[in-house]
Amino acid sequence: MTEARAAAVSFPGDPHVDATLARTHKLSPDEYARAVSVLGRTPTYAELGVLSVMWSEHCSYKSSRVHLSRLPTKGPRVIQGPGENAGVVDIGDNFAVVFKMESHNHPSYIEPYQGAATGVGGILRDVFTMGARPIACLDALRFGRPDHPKTPSLLRGVVAGIGGYGNSIGIPTVGGDLFFDPAYDGNILVNAMAVGVVHKDRIFYGRASGVGNPVIYVGARTGRDGIHGATMASDEFSADGPSQRPTVQVGDPFMEKLLLEACLEIFSEDLLVGVQDMGAAGLTSSSVEMAGRSGSGLDLDLDLIPRRAKRLTPYEMLLSESQERMLMVAKPGNEQRVFEICKKWELDVAIVGHVTTTGRWVIRATPGYDPLDPHPIPRAPVVVCDLPVPLLHDDAPKYDRPRKDDPTRAQRLAFDPSTIAEPASYSDELLATLASPNIGSRQWVYRQYDHIVRGGTAIRPGGDAAVVRAILPTDGRIDGVGLGRMAEKGSVEKLLAVAADGQGRYCELDPVEGAKQIVAEVCRNVVCTGGLPVGLTDCLNFGSPERAEIMDQFSKAIDGMAEACKALSVPIVSGNVSLYNETDGRAILPTPMLGCVGLVEHRNHVTQAAFRAADLTIVLLGPSTGGPLGGSEYVVRKTGKIQGPLPRIDLELERRLQSLLLDLLRDPTHPVKSAHDVSEGGLSVALAECCIVGPEAVGAVVNLPGDEAPAAALFGEQPSRVILSVDPQRANDVLERASAVGVSALVLGKTGTSRLTILRNGAPLVDIDLSAAKKARDNCLAPIVGT
Amino acid sequence: MRRVRQWQPALRDSAQWAQIACYRARMHATVVVFPGSNADAEMIHTLRDVVQVRTEVAWHRDAELPAGTDLVAIPGGFSYGDYLRCGAIAKVSPIVAAIRRHVDRGGAVLGVCNGFQILTEAGLLPGALTRNLHLRFECRDIFVKPVSEGPFTSGLPRVLRLPIAHAEGRYQAAPDVLASLEKDGLVALRYCDSAGAITEDANPNGSLSSIAGIYGGPKKNVLGLMPHPERMSEPLVGYSDGRAIFDAIVRSMARSSRPAAQLSAAS
Repeated sequence: MTEARAAAVSFPGDPHVDATLARTHKLSPDEYARAVSVLGRTPTYAELGVLSVMWSEHCSYKSSRVHLSRLPTKGPRVIQGPGENAGVVDIGDNFAVVFKMESHNHPSYIEPYQGAATGVGGILRDVFTMGARPIACLDALRFGRPDHPKTPSLLRGVVAGIGGYGNSIGIPTVGGDLFFDPAYDGNILVNAMAVGVVHKDRIFYGRASGVGNPVIYVGARTGRDGIHGATMASDEFSADGPSQRPTVQVGDPFMEKLLLEACLEIFSEDLLVGVQDMGAAGLTSSSVEMAGRSGSGLDLDLDLIPRRAKRLTPYEMLLSESQERMLMVAKPGNEQRVFEICKKWELDVAIVGHVTTTGRWVIRATPGYDPLDPHPIPRAPVVVCDLPVPLLHDDAPKYDRPRKDDPTRAQRLAFDPSTIAEPASYSDELLATLASPNIGSRQWVYRQYDHIVRGGTAIRPGGDAAVVRAILPTDGRIDGVGLGRMAEKGSVEKLLAVAADGQGRYCELDPVEGAKQIVAEVCRNVVCTGGLPVGLTDCLNFGSPERAEIMDQFSKAIDGMAEACKALSVPIVSGNVSLYNETDGRAILPTPMLGCVGLVEHRNHVTQAAFRAADLTIVLLGPSTGGPLGGSEYVVRKTGKIQGPLPRIDLELERRLQSLLLDLLRDPTHPVKSAHDVSEGGLSVALAECCIVGPEAVGAVVNLPGDEAPAAALFGEQPSRVILSVDPQRANDVLERASAVGVSALVLGKTGTSRLTILRNGAPLVDIDLSAAKKARDNCLAPIVGT
Repeated sequence: MRRVRQWQPALRDSAQWAQIACYRARMHATVVVFPGSNADAEMIHTLRDVVQVRTEVAWHRDAELPAGTDLVAIPGGFSYGDYLRCGAIAKVSPIVAAIRRHVDRGGAVLGVCNGFQILTEAGLLPGALTRNLHLRFECRDIFVKPVSEGPFTSGLPRVLRLPIAHAEGRYQAAPDVLASLEKDGLVALRYCDSAGAITEDANPNGSLSSIAGIYGGPKKNVLGLMPHPERMSEPLVGYSDGRAIFDAIVRSMARSSRPAAQLSAAS
């Protein structure tokens, strides 16, 4: 089909476009010159807005793309890697898991409730756009120092926003990660992850193909909210940050619930060629990405867009980030059925254009026309944008920015933790550590999330990973109609272990080593609950890429992640990059967050962290020493600085450890009764958690042999370690199996009593009452948010 | 190790057991789905796969319940988004009129969480559920104690562990309403501690008289309940205490039902 080409014209009232206006749209002089040269003319105001968002860091990944290509993204189970709305991994029985993590950092700092809520809404849409029913959400959060005046309101707002959205739409929020550090004082991090399940034959992609196929707009009406959100998210904050509030979107979880159910019903009837949610950069990025992936063109008529605000200009409609909207391309002849299903769910729906072969993205609108007018003027659309799709998509700018090692890093690594004065009482030290906002219980947070909705949460938040069950009709119809009729069709049960983790302190000291340890830990968390890690998603939060030390951190973190993923054979199938997390030139800690999804083969493999009975043998798998203490919670608590030599991970040992642990947990004779990863706070904290996180506290008496300094033995965060409680009859068997695969295993002691007693070569070192420990741990956030 | 306690019905009499099994096979439950219902999946799953009764779904715009419905379950969620007041819009939907007729006929209705809120808004149960005393949404396990005999509570264990997940679960009623609830034995369950003591500390939301669930309808055939028994009815999720409530319903309905032969002759 050939289309008549009309030159794009400016809309009445549009500002004059030139290099100066382009600069206020965050386009560099070079970028603007390139646009003018490709187009052979000055862009219209609407085109300038479109170029500005599509070429923003947030949409184009222009500084990160050259590095992201080093991540391993393939594997035998991978159905879809990065580049789509979310990654897809095979979980057997014709089903697949769909998941992704994404940042909503900038909006959440400006308006914590709505910023966090719409972050959840956006990531859920990414997952159900692929045809999947979301079954779990996780949220990895970073806030400034606990006593910063803004921290309480930011924490309260973000948690309420996540809960407000997830609880209403009815997806359990089952896990995440929470950490406080002064480096986040001016830039909090809100990374939301969603996990869904889909039948392999019913996966949908963001494609716009088939000439003449109708483009259908579904969902909330377009307003002025969130205009230029993507550009804002690609900029640093300054002291006037909060004045950007109009760039934050407003969420409506009920609308999203309707959209979710309508979409799943539409998908079940196989009516579509492709579908894409309108997320960052709204209608523009959704339509451009769909056309870009299929090498097609699109012709859209903005007069037909459902709207809630009067006098919207093309610029505003194209850049609005109003939430809960979808763009679909229907197979010919199916429009009517799509409309019927949307009407059932009381959603606005309109055909707004069609697919072309021109490779151009053509937008039309009638000057002065507004369907909300009581008597709208007659429509006579003119072309307001006419851009080649590749210019906005594959050919967007890409930079290999300069990198430089941070010269101050060596000095921080050189700190000697043994110079820290020994605490008067290690019992008090452990209690104080358990009461730290970075170590203690997250129950104040996750109790505000409905973590059991849908009734399948087998391991709730507070353990190593959460385990969620999905019941799936064998015919693959996961919409409400299909689930309602499931009895006739038969079903399969799938158990998924999910965890999210990040460690900015380690990455600050050594980005390669830190990134490796995050990948290892998030996988270890999943293995501890009985799951085999099948895929990872990442959200990479860093400062300004225009600073060489930041780009260096970023590049090294990618290297570390890649190495660990390869060693553990777990691919990264989706992800997101958030740069410019700086305020007034001060960057956050380099914070890669990793989300892991594991497959639990059988209900009987599901394993909890807590000790559940007395007289079980406590075994430590992995290295028996805790140090060096560099970068640990202990050093930061004692010196107020992130410093000292990091413990290093042996990835080959980690691989063997995880494989051994999974074998033990899958053993049908159940020698292992609980498993818990040793992480922040070290062995003593992990032991205390084993004692107190269960429904009833179970004490322990353990003895630490060796000659390591007590502080390192108790609080060192050496990776690749797991605490097991083991059937005493089977302890020798477990030790032998560990030794056979070259993993050291040490009997620490046994469970029982109402105290945690830690001996050092037989001499008492720690002896705490568990109810005191539980109280300290449970109230760790009280100094910030009250009780 | 995860199974700390699993509730088993006390069935002393094999004839009684046979009658219940026979009834279970005939019993017909309907789960009512509103656009914003979100605890429908677990309600359907529990009734259909765990309790194993025939389970159908009714849509909020349906004017009638499916023919032969014995038990109506109204699940949790946010019926129509609940931006106005929980359940305030749901009460005028066509299906609620059908539920009202079912109640008048003596049919059983279980409203959980938002389902309870809808029942109070619709006037099928007295009182109201307001914002939790601490003003937050709260999701955690609590304990409840059955305090009155009735179709949903007869033969229950002394204390049940159940989860709550709500922001508006604080039961309130006028003094005369509360007095008549107490007098008529319509308070079905109260919040308590793990030992069964009813204390203010064990009351998670500030409900009047620690009320977690109340009876209504002409024959105590309606139960509104804030905690979620359908989310704690199988060993996979750690505890199965909620199952006891569903089994109690099946038991009591089996006792009051006509023998199978009569029923099929009548239909």
